[in-house]
Amino acid sequence: MANQSKNIPVKHIIGYVTSVVLTLVAAWAALGSNLPVMWIIISIFALAILQAVIQLFLFMHLTERGMGHAPWNMMFHGAVVFAILIAGSLFTMSFGFM
Amino acid sequence: MNAYKEENATPLEYQTEENQMTIVGFWIFLAAEMALFGTLFATYAVLFGRTAEAPPPAELFTAGTTLIMTLLLLTSSFTSGIAIHEMRRGAQKGMMTWLIITLVLGLSFLGFEIYEFYHYATLGATLTSSAYWSAFFVLAGTHGVHVTFGIGWLILLLIQLKQRGITQVTSRKIFVLGLYWHFLDVIWIFIFTGVYLIGMVI
Repeated sequence: MANQSKNIPVKHIIGYVTSVVLTLVAAWAALGSNLPVMWIIISIFALAILQAVIQLFLFMHLTERGMGHAPWNMMFHGAVVFAILIAGSLFTMSFGFM
Repeated sequence: MNAYKEENATPLEYQTEENQMTIVGFWIFLAAEMALFGTLFATYAVLFGRTAEAPPPAELFTAGTTLIMTLLLLTSSFTSGIAIHEMRRGAQKGMMTWLIITLVLGLSFLGFEIYEFYHYATLGATLTSSAYWSAFFVLAGTHGVHVTFGIGWLILLLIQLKQRGITQVTSRKIFVLGLYWHFLDVIWIFIFTGVYLIGMVI
């Protein structure tokens, strides 16, 4: 029974390889490309969010049975709080809404 | 070995209600951690550029070290996932091996971070040198403290696993630690992007 599935699970390999690729693409976009700064910022944050979502689903068993929707709810609301905190702080403190 | 035999059976760590509650509770903790890191990121973003007399981040950040740290942590997240997979097959030896690899990668990450902080300090960027560097060290440092805590936790669990083997209780503990470890890597993605890459671009 210990040997029934010796292989490393495909999900984890896909998650790992895409994460490495996304990291390298983000590093290239930031350091190697000649895109305008605004485009670099938008694209690397899009890549970061994509990578976080991939890891949540492929590594963290976010949709695993046995716990209902609790993990998904926690991560979704955590992400909303996270986004509001940062966007709100920047909006009030850095972009002249004084 | 354990009762867990089939791929589709409920994993050992979910088999008691207490364990299920513990795991849900841990997800609540992770959501709270997201709020904590959200405040630190917000502080960092607002104080970006306020370096005063200290050198700006673009002068100190290096792509090489940052990428190595990122890949170390990413790989450790992957290996801890494999350890959970081994645990669910009931393979204690495989699980211990992958956990020890995770531990070594975590320690290497921490070594690089300590070296990095020390290096910055010698170049004139410390916690007290400017608002920007305070925000940087508190954000990256809080993540580093979490990694340190995770390493200590993992060492203690490895000792317990050696003594007790894979049971309902130890499997739940390892699963929760796995979630914690993956979560630290998710936070690091944003530190890598928002702090290091942006710091090198602007």
